[in-house]
Amino acid sequence: MGEIVAQRLADARKSSKGEILELPTDPELRSQCIRLGLSVGERFCCVERLPGGTVVAQAHRQEIAIGRGLADEISVLFD
Amino acid sequence: MPDSHLTPDDITEALPHRKHHHVDTPSSKFLESKKTRLVLVGNPNVGKSVFFNYLTGLYVDVSNFPGTTIEISCGERKGYTVYDTPGIYGVSSFNDEERVARDIVLEADVVLNIVDAVHLERDLFLTSQLIDMGKKVAVCLNMMDEAASRGIEIDVDALSDRLGVPVLRTTAIRKQGFDHLENFIATACVGNSDPHLHRHTHELLDRVGSQGEALLVLEGDKVIAERHGLEPGSMREMIYVERRNRVNNLLEKIVTAQDKGRSLSTAIGRISINPWTGIPFLGLILYALYIFIGTFVAGDVVDFTEGTLGNGYFEVYVKDKVSAFSDVSITVDILGENAAGEEITLESRDFDFKDGISSDPSLEKEMLAYRTKGGTAISYEFRNPAMVVLFGEFGLFTMTMTYLLFILLPLVIGFYFSLAVLEDSGYLPRLATLVDRLLNGIGLNGRAVIPLILGFGCVTMATITTRLLGTEREKRITTSILQYAIPCSAQLAVIAALLASAGLKATLIYAAVIFTVFVAIGTILDRILAGKTSPLLIDLPPMRLPHLRNVMQKTWVRTFHFMKEAAPWFFIGALSVSLLFVSGLLQLWQDFLAPLTQGWLKLPAESATAFVMGLVRRDFGAAGLYDMNLSVMQIVVALVTITLFVPCIASLMVMLKERGAKEGLTVWAGSWVLAFGVGGLVALAVL
Repeated sequence: MGEIVAQRLADARKSSKGEILELPTDPELRSQCIRLGLSVGERFCCVERLPGGTVVAQAHRQEIAIGRGLADEISVLFD
Repeated sequence: MPDSHLTPDDITEALPHRKHHHVDTPSSKFLESKKTRLVLVGNPNVGKSVFFNYLTGLYVDVSNFPGTTIEISCGERKGYTVYDTPGIYGVSSFNDEERVARDIVLEADVVLNIVDAVHLERDLFLTSQLIDMGKKVAVCLNMMDEAASRGIEIDVDALSDRLGVPVLRTTAIRKQGFDHLENFIATACVGNSDPHLHRHTHELLDRVGSQGEALLVLEGDKVIAERHGLEPGSMREMIYVERRNRVNNLLEKIVTAQDKGRSLSTAIGRISINPWTGIPFLGLILYALYIFIGTFVAGDVVDFTEGTLGNGYFEVYVKDKVSAFSDVSITVDILGENAAGEEITLESRDFDFKDGISSDPSLEKEMLAYRTKGGTAISYEFRNPAMVVLFGEFGLFTMTMTYLLFILLPLVIGFYFSLAVLEDSGYLPRLATLVDRLLNGIGLNGRAVIPLILGFGCVTMATITTRLLGTEREKRITTSILQYAIPCSAQLAVIAALLASAGLKATLIYAAVIFTVFVAIGTILDRILAGKTSPLLIDLPPMRLPHLRNVMQKTWVRTFHFMKEAAPWFFIGALSVSLLFVSGLLQLWQDFLAPLTQGWLKLPAESATAFVMGLVRRDFGAAGLYDMNLSVMQIVVALVTITLFVPCIASLMVMLKERGAKEGLTVWAGSWVLAFGVGGLVALAVL
């Protein structure tokens, strides 16, 4: 594993893996992320990244589609 | 963010300090029942409705939850009143469905929580919250067969032990585990809630009605706090993180999963969201929908129901019956085919009954004999205006009935059936993902694709579906696009026929103009409406083969409700056209609109009639253009105008109900300006 740099989930490529560092600032969106299993420290794998930036991430066995705007606000550490 | 554990101090600080007063809510009245209230709760797509159908059987009551447009099903089972709730990820107030589910859960005596064994990470969050609410809970661990096939093993006894509530293994679609369901529900009990939370919800108990409400106040639910005159707590995130950690820890102990590789369902799921394969996949689905709805339902089925049943038997039967004593002139056309295979009138005869058919038996006999000469078309001209209104060409008991029962009903069933199949297959969230970015451009997120697609079936039905959108802003933009720029299937059929005769160039101009307007409305509303697009955040359930019984049940409930909601407005619409027709006001209307239709749009005077018909039924508007001998470019202008023109009356009424009078009427009035404005500009360019 090389040097670790915090990035945004929106920068994920297909099959890239990592860990969630920070959730968006909006309290409602944060709560919704936590409910779906996207909480800080959670491991994820990017299952698909669509042109335009919509990301499909898998945490545990759950696949979650995340719009570009939201993926921009989630900080992650890629492996 | 630090790992946050609740301390008693945090809780004390967050506690609101005002005295409780009991409030009677609309929901508590709605859920009034002498029996035990059993409420089914679960995440979306966990098979909850299969449980509901099994428990309640055929006799189900569906009604709108007070103050909302969300429908709640309710049925009876020995000693229980069973309530279904919308699929939710948690009990809170992030959207209408959650608010409704929240209020029903608060009134529940027993909660039957359906959990998807394949998605415990997601589903147990809700389970833990229900337990924290202090409700009597029983958990059904559903889809056990799928979990097994995916190599997921769950220690059910340990799960039950940790949660403190009974857990039953089920596979609902095969009714596995259902033999014990009734006894199992009776064992529901209050589970092990978070000890810190439990203590502090208890401290709130004398100020609010129940532990559930106390929890929601702590979690910052504004509505519940206000109901008891309290300030909402500020600890939602802490509680949520704690709960999420608890669920994750629990799962580590009770679940062992072997990776069995990709299943077929995962593979199809991935194909549908990969842009290279997803778009052809979408094309395939749209083609299948076109074949099923466009060709089979709208073609074969409606040809039979409308042509044979409606016009052929039903209307002739009704008109014959009422003609017995009414002044009527009946024209019988004998139909046949010419050399080119087109249907033509071979011969025609009028039968005049001044005092009704029954007054002239010999003429009646003659008419009946004439009518048996092969294929016929029979038209009735009543001379009594009341008879025209009730039984004439646009009559309430003739045309409106045919339209509702023999055209609209099969189409609506076809659409709701397709929607239910797509919904239960798990494809819709993937479609939303695929088109998310495209819809961002017009102020929407991927979820709006569902009402937009439904709009091509029936705009009224689609307007009802805008309920599933998260924000008012999205509902507003989607409703406007639907009402302005999307032609419904009835109108599309007529438009397609007219364009086919007008040629490729006309079709391209028409499509380009409508598409431009579609994008422009979204873009402009996105700019001028306050707020911003809410981002897409949805879970993708596994792709599954839909269960026929479930699909039929959904189709039936939705169709019934749609017909109940829309039918009265079709009657009112037809009645107004008939009255305009009988009173001669139609002529007045033509003269009034003449400067617009003749001067500005450069169309013949009669086209004004098309626009009055369009007020009631969109396809009537377009159909009125058939007999007008328009030039190719006049057809383009007329079709652009009629497409953008006001929605049908049923659609207007549903919009008023969903969006309120002010917004609804603004959209409606706006479509006059838009239709004639754009129509005129096109006329200037091409005529």
